[in-house]
Amino acid sequence: MELKLWINGRAVVANISPDQPLLEFLREHDCYSVRRGCETSNCGLCTVWMDETPVLSCNMLAMRANGTHITTLEGLQDEAKEFGGFLADQGADQCGYCSPGFVMNVLAMVRELNNPTEQEIKEYLVGNLCRCTGYMGQLRAIKAYLDYKEGRTNG
Amino acid sequence: MFRMKNYMVAQTLEDAYECNQGKNNQVIGGYGWLKLQNKTINTGIDLSLLGLDKIQEKDEYFSVGAMVTLRQLETHSQLATLTHGMIRESLHSIVGIQFRNCATVGGSVFSRFGFSDVLTLLLALEAEIVLYRGGAIPIADFAKMPQDNDILLEVRIPKSPMRGCYQSFRIQATDLPIINVAVVQKTEKILVAVGARPARAEVFEFHCVEDAIGAAKQFQYGSNMRGSEAYRAHLAEVLVGRCLSAIEEI
Repeated sequence: MELKLWINGRAVVANISPDQPLLEFLREHDCYSVRRGCETSNCGLCTVWMDETPVLSCNMLAMRANGTHITTLEGLQDEAKEFGGFLADQGADQCGYCSPGFVMNVLAMVRELNNPTEQEIKEYLVGNLCRCTGYMGQLRAIKAYLDYKEGRTNG
Repeated sequence: MFRMKNYMVAQTLEDAYECNQGKNNQVIGGYGWLKLQNKTINTGIDLSLLGLDKIQEKDEYFSVGAMVTLRQLETHSQLATLTHGMIRESLHSIVGIQFRNCATVGGSVFSRFGFSDVLTLLLALEAEIVLYRGGAIPIADFAKMPQDNDILLEVRIPKSPMRGCYQSFRIQATDLPIINVAVVQKTEKILVAVGARPARAEVFEFHCVEDAIGAAKQFQYGSNMRGSEAYRAHLAEVLVGRCLSAIEEI
């Protein structure tokens, strides 16, 4: 079936199988940041934005994304690098496998929530699992990143 | 493994309904549970273009379209005010935000899962559901019906004044609930719904708090890998009590 969508601003037209998940379609189109970490829609690693909304690409048929704009980590390199610096400062990454989905959801949260509390941060990111850490480094990094963004906005 | 041979983006409800009568054809809701199944369907029916993705305020109810996502429902401010936060409480533990941006109200309700938080919530809220051919029916009746090939269009949440509370118990955050309880108090009655027993949620009606306190005893419970029958019965009793106490504070 013919599918037309935009991946990081680039128009893509392809013929696909009707049951192909968006995750696999994106990987076939060079978005290797999008990974499958589980088989049950629980890990958050495959998070991408569909029309600016964070979704699980493993849990989305590619055909359902017809006509939409998909954003992956490849399309957010500057922001990802900026936030990645805060993660590194806190030693939050260990293996780093979960980072792409986590960063995508953090950046979505920054857009959606205004000055979130710690509880709101935890609730927003509860669907992003990390099996190396206890999330404390990530939480410190997010708070530092939000403070930085707030300061820059105010400044 | 889930397989699907064809994909149909329905242009009209009649097209969707007709296609849904075909052998091995199925409406695709949020795809979350469907994709975990080992099955092959012939044609998957997509309702995305039929305008069912909106929450609209009417005179006597809020109309929630079948393709509204759980996250849309969770973040709707007027519904949050009406239900005293019950909706958010019932949905925020379902996997994660990205999942709830995919999962649909229609998929959750039509499937009538035995672990469903949504069904328990809507039973206590006395919601009505609208089927393409079956018309409007109380969700308490719909919850007892076997699955058929009709198409769910809309869930109606009445705007009548209420006080309510929702509580669930999970072994781990974001896991399926072991038990969930929704209690709604209106002027003339108290509705107590209990789900994840593990069986389709049910609702009972009481006329005073003294009777509603013992509501958990009206339900039947079962055992599965998440908890025993006795454990669920105990949890339900505790959560009903906590909900009634919380409602007193509203």
